[in-house]
Amino acid sequence: MDTISRKGELRMMALFAVIVLLMPIWLIPFGAAYPDLLQKFAIFGIFAVGFNILFGLTGYLSFGHAVFLGVGSYAAVWSFKLFTMNVIPAVIFGVLFSGIFAAVIGFVSLRRSGIYFSILTLAFAQMSYNLAYSVLTPITNGETGLQLRLHDLRMIDGLFIEAGEGLPLTNLFGIKMSGYPGFYFCAVLLILAFYLALRIKNSPFGMALKAIKSNQLRMGYTGFNTRPYLMSAFMISGMYAGLAGALLAVTDPLAGAERMQWTASGEVVLMTILGGVGTLFGPLLGAGLIKYFENIFSSYNDALLQETFSFLPDMLNNLMVGIISPFVGDGWHLTLGGLFMVIIIFLPGGIVGGITMVWRRYMKKRGASAEMEGETS
Amino acid sequence: MDSIFLQILNGLDKGGAYALIALGLTLVFGTLGVVNFAHGAIFMLGSFCAVTTQNLLTYSKKVKDESITYFEAFKEVPYLEIWWGDTGSFIIDYKVPFSILLAIPVMLLIGLAMERGLIRHFYNRPHADQILVTFGLAIVIQEIVKSIYGANPIPVPAPAIVAGSASIGSWIGLGESVVYPWWRLIYLANALVVISAVFSFLKFTTYGMVVRAGMQDRETVGLLGIDIQRRFTVVFGMASVVVGIAGVMYTPILSPDYHMGMDFLVLSFVVVVVGGMGSLEGAVVAGFMLGVLQSFAAMNEIKSIFPGIDQIIVYLVAVIILLTRPRGLMGRKGVMED
Repeated sequence: MDTISRKGELRMMALFAVIVLLMPIWLIPFGAAYPDLLQKFAIFGIFAVGFNILFGLTGYLSFGHAVFLGVGSYAAVWSFKLFTMNVIPAVIFGVLFSGIFAAVIGFVSLRRSGIYFSILTLAFAQMSYNLAYSVLTPITNGETGLQLRLHDLRMIDGLFIEAGEGLPLTNLFGIKMSGYPGFYFCAVLLILAFYLALRIKNSPFGMALKAIKSNQLRMGYTGFNTRPYLMSAFMISGMYAGLAGALLAVTDPLAGAERMQWTASGEVVLMTILGGVGTLFGPLLGAGLIKYFENIFSSYNDALLQETFSFLPDMLNNLMVGIISPFVGDGWHLTLGGLFMVIIIFLPGGIVGGITMVWRRYMKKRGASAEMEGETS
Repeated sequence: MDSIFLQILNGLDKGGAYALIALGLTLVFGTLGVVNFAHGAIFMLGSFCAVTTQNLLTYSKKVKDESITYFEAFKEVPYLEIWWGDTGSFIIDYKVPFSILLAIPVMLLIGLAMERGLIRHFYNRPHADQILVTFGLAIVIQEIVKSIYGANPIPVPAPAIVAGSASIGSWIGLGESVVYPWWRLIYLANALVVISAVFSFLKFTTYGMVVRAGMQDRETVGLLGIDIQRRFTVVFGMASVVVGIAGVMYTPILSPDYHMGMDFLVLSFVVVVVGGMGSLEGAVVAGFMLGVLQSFAAMNEIKSIFPGIDQIIVYLVAVIILLTRPRGLMGRKGVMED
């Protein structure tokens, strides 16, 4: 897991690409194979993978990462409004602007570490959120959120196509970016983003980041300037978030300030932790699980529960419904919070960390028993 | 002049709330070294103690309304009024002060249970883990409260006698026009009383002295044969009581809902950081300072020069302080240095 050869890397990527692209098929039994949800898997996967580059590799816990998500969304929607409905410029703008934001916020926040870093990023996130709601209304359209209008400028589109009736849709050179094409667009970007994250993790740069996590002081004593490395990691991670934000706008051209709220930042932390901090697949798994259960759990209500447990006798049925109903539907956040606590308390490595631990133990046992057999024979 | 005076009062008032919450937060920091993101949730639980008291006291029975004679009308009459008449309505009117009596033992129990049940296991874990587990706990507490009391804010009015405004201007010679709500004055006084109570407990009692010694050097105090851990647990309970009282008293100003804690948490963390981690005086000073700054920034004259400054002033100050005085205003050396 720690170091993989170049060839193994490519093989892993190929497998990963197949898994991601075939999601519409193998997720059918889970009832999750519809485009809206699949898009969310891919988008929040990118967000979590990016967050993991910062938190997983360097150990800097940012509590304001959703700012970059919001900035990416706003930039993308403005690109739709001003230039063209094509998604490529929107994505580029989203990444670019969130990169600039990350540079500014990182420049200030990275002067401190530990809990202070978390609070600085949180402060910046709250500042951006409050500003987006109040003074910056001309740019962000305040509480309503930034939306497309019929009479937007769309300079580039105006040169080529007659404006049609109704709102134009986001497209990639004519392919409409809703439904499955939208998912595949996000999925391809997810694969690219994942590959980049993999390369970063296994590069000397990634090694330096991991060294910062384990002992920054010592790095400093050996004459190693950690600032540029941290800055790059923060910016890369911010740009990933911007990409995710832009993709959110691509699949649904609307941007609201609540995307920047600190609960949104908390959500990506949850995803990363749930899956496994610092592992490659963990954040993806966490993002997928949270979005999946959010969808499934919050759609359940008492009637549906009654139906699910209808095979039980009445009394047991009512009992089960009584026990479970506070945790589904509106109570989904309760489940999430509880699950999150359980993971932190008992399984700090997340799901992937837990699996790895069990696997190692199993291998050790097998190794030990094989040795014993070798001795006896 | 008048408006400046009122803004100062407003600021002190807000600052009182910040200071109370931040005081508990920093008390936990200084003693147990734990970053408690569930502190806001405890504040919220405090204000829901007031809601519970209100619900209990006004538990009512449907009685036929005699004053309406055209049709059969019923009205809800609380049992207390039926039993005790005027005394009953008096108690109901004073529900907020009475709910403090409920809040103190309840918050103490919650605090002790939280410390023994969860926080204890996180002393030696990284700060990130502490933040995350308490964050999860805060979500759980919030959602439980939401499922019991619903998502809407529940108004809990102050006693009728202090519902109006005090003509504070005529007291100090600024004219009759300068008025200020009574309850906010009471809140400020309450904040000052609680803060001084905490400080005198720590400074003037032997128990408090030992706690302060433990904050300085935990190991040595332990070597002297004192069970410092138990005292820190009690301090955690005390911090919960302080923030719980802050919550109870705040209910007439802001109708409690399930996510009010989170809103205050972010602010009070900023207050703690500005004041200096683990410094009690710092938390109080920073709380009042940020409150006053915030209410001045909300003045129209200032908003016209710096649009939007009222929204970000607190965070801006925090960023500046953290960059120029890394330990905060009164941070001690060696506390949360990294």
